[in-house]
Amino acid sequence: MVYKLVWENLKHRPVRTLLSSLAIGLGVTMMLTLVGVGEGMLRDQEARTRGVGADIIIRPAGSSAIGITPPNINERLVAWAKEQPHVTQATGVTIQPLGGVSTVHGVDLDELSKMSGGFTFIDGRPFQSGQEAIIDEYYAKEKKLHVGSAVKILNRDWTVTGIFRGGKLTRMMLPKTVLQDLTATTGKVSVIYVKLDDPKQTQAVIAHFKQTLSDYPIYSMDELASQFSVNSIPELKTFIGVVMTLSVLFGFLVVFLAMYTAILERTREIGILKALGAGQSYVLGILLRETILMAIIGSVMGIGMSYVTRWLISTFIPASMTQAIVYTWWPIASGITLGGALLGVLYPAIKAARQDALESLSYD
Amino acid sequence: MTEPIIAIRDLRKTFRSGEVDVHALRGVDLTVEHGEFLAIVGPSGSGKSTLFNILGGLTPPTSGTVIIDGQDLMKLSDSGRTNLRKKTVGFVFQKYNLLPTLTVGDNIEIARDIAGFKGPLDQQFRDVIETLGIADKMDRKPRQLSGGEQQRVAIARSVVNHPAILLADEPTGNLDTENSTLVLDLMRSLNKKLGQTILMITHNPEAAAFADRIVHMRDGHLHAAA
Ligand SMILES: Nc1ncnc2c1ncn2[C@@H]1O[C@H](COP(=O)(O)OP(=O)(O)OP(=O)(O)O)[C@@H](O)[C@H]1O
Ligand SMILES: [Mg+2]
Repeated sequence: MVYKLVWENLKHRPVRTLLSSLAIGLGVTMMLTLVGVGEGMLRDQEARTRGVGADIIIRPAGSSAIGITPPNINERLVAWAKEQPHVTQATGVTIQPLGGVSTVHGVDLDELSKMSGGFTFIDGRPFQSGQEAIIDEYYAKEKKLHVGSAVKILNRDWTVTGIFRGGKLTRMMLPKTVLQDLTATTGKVSVIYVKLDDPKQTQAVIAHFKQTLSDYPIYSMDELASQFSVNSIPELKTFIGVVMTLSVLFGFLVVFLAMYTAILERTREIGILKALGAGQSYVLGILLRETILMAIIGSVMGIGMSYVTRWLISTFIPASMTQAIVYTWWPIASGITLGGALLGVLYPAIKAARQDALESLSYD
Repeated sequence: MTEPIIAIRDLRKTFRSGEVDVHALRGVDLTVEHGEFLAIVGPSGSGKSTLFNILGGLTPPTSGTVIIDGQDLMKLSDSGRTNLRKKTVGFVFQKYNLLPTLTVGDNIEIARDIAGFKGPLDQQFRDVIETLGIADKMDRKPRQLSGGEQQRVAIARSVVNHPAILLADEPTGNLDTENSTLVLDLMRSLNKKLGQTILMITHNPEAAAFADRIVHMRDGHLHAAA
C-alpha cells in the first residue's frame, strides 16, 4: 500500500521525477562509461598485442609492462634472439610518441606479417618504403582516411597505401627503417617480439634470455596480457575514484533538492498521514522508498545511456577509444549513486518525519 | 454501569505564542458515554478544536485528566499518542483532508495500512460504504468528487479501523445545506446502527440538533446546553 502512495507521488510530478532520475542516471553513466572505456581500451590493446602472434616480449631495461617505451634496445639483440634455441622468429618494433597517448609504430612488415599469420588488406597494399603508411579500419573511419590520403606524422606527409583489418599490434604503421632514420634512432627498437617453435618452452626460453639480459623485463604473452588491467594504471584508478565521488555528490544534491521541495509541497499530506496515526518511521519509510525508486529508475536510465555513449564512441572515435559494457559495474555504479541519493534524502526525510502534525494540517 | 468512553476533569491547555500565554482551555470537565452523539457549539476561538486535538492525541494537554477508552492521555508519550490516532480515534475535518494523489479506495486502504490492518474489508465496513453511497467511487481521485462526496469518503476513512470515538470538527462547514443534511444523516445512522460514539463541533444550531446532546464552549469552558 505504501508503494502505491510512493508511486503516485512520483507520478504526480513526472517532470521532476524524470529529471531527478536522469541526473542520478548521469552519475551512473559517467562511472560506467569511464570504467567501460578503461576496460575496453585495455582489452583492445591486449587483443592487438596478442594479434602479433609472439610468445615472448622483451622490453627495454627499466620500463614497465605497459606504457610508451622509447626505442633504446640495440637492434643487434634481435639478431641474437633469433639464434637462440626454440626461437623461430624475432622482430623489433620502434614506437614513437606523437603527443598524448597516441603513438606511431615502425615495423618490418614482412617479419610482422609472418609472425602474426598475415595482414588482411581491406583496401590498398602494404607500404613499400619511403613516406608510406598503413592504417587499420578504425583509424581510417575515425580520421576519414582512404588509400591515397596524406597524413601528417612527425611533420612529414605520408601517403596511406593500405587499410588493414584491425587487431594487429597497432592502428598505424610506418616502415621501421624510415622512422628510425627520421627520429635519429637508427639501430634501435622499443620492443622485441619473439616466436617459438613450441609455446610450451616459453618459460624455459625466458629463463635462458634472462641469463644474458638480466636488466630487461621479459614477459610471456600471458604475463603481459595479465598486466592489461585497471589496477596497473594508477591514473585510471584515481580518475574512477574522482568520478565516483562526483556521482555521490551529484546524487546527493539532486535528491536533496528534489525531496526538499517535495516535502514542502506535501506538508499538508504529511499532516494527514500523521492524523491517521502514521509515526515518524512511516513517513521516513515513504520518502526513503521514493528515493530508492527514483535511484533505481535513474540507474536503469544511466545503464541505458552507457550504451548510447558506447555507440557514440564506436561511431565517431573508434580508433581513439573503445568502450566495453562492464556488467559487474552495473550494481557497483547503481549502489554508489543510491548511496548518494540516500544521503541526500536524509535531512528532508527527518525534517518531514519530525514535522508537527497540527502545524502541517493547518498548512496551505 | 460501564465506564464512560471519555472522562475529562479540569483539562487545561496553554499555548505559548511569543511572549504571551494563550489559555485555550481553562478547566474543561466532560463525560461522554459509549454510543453517544455529542455536539459542541461555541464562538470562534473558544477552544473547541483545541479540545479535539487533545482528545485525538495531536497535541498534549497542559494539565488535568483525560481518560479515553481507559487510556490516560497525560501519561502518553509521543508514540503513545500516535497509537491513539491509529485505532482509538478517527478524525473528520472541515477540509476533508483526503490524500490528493490516491484514489478513494486507496485513501481508505492507507488508513488501514497505517494502523496495521491487512486483508479484505470486513462486512460491517462494506455496509458503511454502501450507506455512505461511495461504493461506486472507489477508483476516483478526490478532485473528481464533489465536496459532499469527499466528506463522505473522509467519514468512511475515519471509521475504517473501528475507532472508539469519531471526532468531527465542523464536518459540514464547507458544504451546502443539502449536502450537510446528507452528511449529518449519515453520521447519525452510523451512531444509531453501529453505536459509533461521535463528537462533533459545529457552528450551526440545525446541525447540532442531529446530536443526542449539545454542550456549549465559551472562553475555554464547557457548559451544558441551556
Ligand atoms: N498552535 C497554537 N498556538 C497558539 N495559539 C493557539 C494555537 N492553536 C489555537 N490557539 C489559540 O487557542 C484559542 C482556541 O483556538 P481553537 O482553534 O481551539 O478555537 P475554535 O473554538 O476551534 O475556533 P473556530 O470555531 O474558529 O474553529 C484561540 O485563541 C487560538 O488563537
Ligand atoms: Mg476550530
